[in-house]
Amino acid sequence: MGRRNFLRSSAAFAGLGALAASLSPLRELGDYSSVDEFMQKYYKEMTPDDMAKVITRIENDVQRQYGIRPHVRDLKPMDGAEFVYCLNLTRCIGCRKCVHACVNENNQSRNPEIQYIRVLKLPHGSMDIDKADHEYNPESVPEKGFFYMPVQCQQCHNPPCVKVCPVHATWQEKDGITVIDYDWCIGCRYCEAACPYWARRFNFTKPEIPKERLNPNMSYLGNRPRKQGVMEKCHFCIQRTRVGRYPACLEVCPVGARKFGNILDPDSEVSYILREKRIFIQLKEEMGTNPRFFYYFEK
Amino acid sequence: MMRATRDYLTFLWRCGRIAFVGDWRYYAWMGGLTVFCLLGLHAYCIQFVHGLIVTGMSDEVSWGVYIANFTFLVGVAAAAVMMVIPVYIYDNEELHDLVIFGELLAVAAIIMCLAFVTVDLGRPDRFWHLIPGIGQLNFPRSMLSWDVIVLNGYLLLNVHICGYLLYSRYQNRKPSKWFYIPFVFVAIVWAVSIHTVTAFLYVGLGGRPFWNSSIVGPRFLASAFSAGPSIIILALQIIRRVTHYHITDKALLTLRSIVQVSMIINVFLLFNEVFKEFYSGLHVASSTYLFLGLDGHHALVPWIWTAVVFNLVSMFLLILPLTRSLKWLDLACVLCIVGIWIEKGMGLVIPGFIPTPLGALIEYTPSLNETLVCLGIWAFGLLCYTIFLRMSVPILQGRLSKANEHLPEPDAAADPATAPVPH
Repeated sequence: MGRRNFLRSSAAFAGLGALAASLSPLRELGDYSSVDEFMQKYYKEMTPDDMAKVITRIENDVQRQYGIRPHVRDLKPMDGAEFVYCLNLTRCIGCRKCVHACVNENNQSRNPEIQYIRVLKLPHGSMDIDKADHEYNPESVPEKGFFYMPVQCQQCHNPPCVKVCPVHATWQEKDGITVIDYDWCIGCRYCEAACPYWARRFNFTKPEIPKERLNPNMSYLGNRPRKQGVMEKCHFCIQRTRVGRYPACLEVCPVGARKFGNILDPDSEVSYILREKRIFIQLKEEMGTNPRFFYYFEK
Repeated sequence: MMRATRDYLTFLWRCGRIAFVGDWRYYAWMGGLTVFCLLGLHAYCIQFVHGLIVTGMSDEVSWGVYIANFTFLVGVAAAAVMMVIPVYIYDNEELHDLVIFGELLAVAAIIMCLAFVTVDLGRPDRFWHLIPGIGQLNFPRSMLSWDVIVLNGYLLLNVHICGYLLYSRYQNRKPSKWFYIPFVFVAIVWAVSIHTVTAFLYVGLGGRPFWNSSIVGPRFLASAFSAGPSIIILALQIIRRVTHYHITDKALLTLRSIVQVSMIINVFLLFNEVFKEFYSGLHVASSTYLFLGLDGHHALVPWIWTAVVFNLVSMFLLILPLTRSLKWLDLACVLCIVGIWIEKGMGLVIPGFIPTPLGALIEYTPSLNETLVCLGIWAFGLLCYTIFLRMSVPILQGRLSKANEHLPEPDAAADPATAPVPH
């Protein structure tokens, strides 16, 4: 072997070795994605049979990971229902019980912590969000001279997040809820940049939920555990509201500041509020997003 | 048909082979770049396994240096048009034989752009959801779907134009005008479109007042047409020195005029934006954060003022006759490239997220892992551009052609690329 050939072969070997070393972190990849998951069809193109298979796969995955057999359903919107949320700012005391009830109900990651509801502490007399305190932590609430405004997905009529998604992974359903197909999202985070309410959250790493805290009552577009690298957000507790229950944040509220219901039903509480109250507002109304989430003021 | 295919495969084989042949400087350069590529690949594998948590990004600042570099490089790619227009519309003689180096730079820049968006994805394994037909491309509503189309289209256009012209030269045949001139003109419009669409990606977001401004598109073009040709000026001088390819000073000075005018427009537009933001005082939080710092947070302040100073110094140097001397021109180009890289990257992408739409002030600093991924992609882009030049220069000089197909291949020791070629 000539000197040149020897040098060439050594360079090639060194190169391959370096390449292998560069790829070495991939050994920890674990259960990143199964073939079935990789090939899975878009939600709206699945037949009932496809969906049944997908649900079995999800149930198996959850059982393998958490040791609990969940009950996963693909709940469809109810006919004649369009959901609306009303929040009474006069009553809210900023206790953040809604934030934690939401985390428990919707199987959000505890580490890193993901929360759908952000409660803003605002100085008396101001609706300027730039003055909001996000990290207030006093001995007790409410504090004098302040009021509290919980913000979550506003379920807009004209959602900017849906418009910008390059792959239709998020869309608005008939009942007004904007949902995400977690198995279709590519994780570009354009929706997160587009949302004027900072309502969307990204799974920056593999979500961690303690086994004993897992809520086994799950829905496909709702609270089933998410994977690393996809978006999630408030979906009005689809696994509850589509079977006639209230969202978890409403049930836990100690002061009854939260009202939820069907705006198409004239006898619902939300219809009454929007019909009878003199003042109610949509957050950032000037954006033209037209939220289904209203703030009102009443003793 | 068989013969044509065989000829073309031989051409590709010989081009591929020559990429591995050079003198010691070539090996050192390529070896160095490969090391950075592998470091970047290693960092990316870590990110792929553990997720984007290994970057400095958060739910508050959800895009970082990946998208910043992407935005800058779209501009570099678009800037090839600043050589194409003088040559194909104004029949500029000086730039005629150089325009292909600009187009090859565009190809390398687009490759880097695509790499930067890919590493930014949370689920790169699901990229096929973007492919029309099998996926669900949200066209025409999502600006990102437009970007996917225009960037890939621009890549194909330039690969076709460069590939066809080089293959024709290799065969020593006159290229058929019908086979490339229409594409050249489409590419001119297309170049403007890639940067406009990328600007619209930001401009279209009503919830982000810092981006939601109609001047962003024009500013993108002006900065691109300054930084892009600056990079080409530097690249051409390196080509001239390393390969003895014939490049006149006059050609470089033509490019200087282009950078000069673009830079003046760029600084003017920047001034317009700063005035509008601060004088009206409306939605000024992001700009305040960027230029002055806000509530004790001022991570970007030194960056943006460096960019402003670099842009201004570069502009004055370019206006002065001083930069007819190449040393000063090089300095002006470097200042322009660095200034615009900061302004388009750190200065445009990051402050759009600060404060958040709910008024929280969370800062962003790229992590080491993230920085290594960026360096890796830059190294890969330079590696690609070097390989393109290593193939195209001998073809253009006539040293790699069909006529000498049967002669022994050149080898490192006797590589004519480094020897002066009389012209």
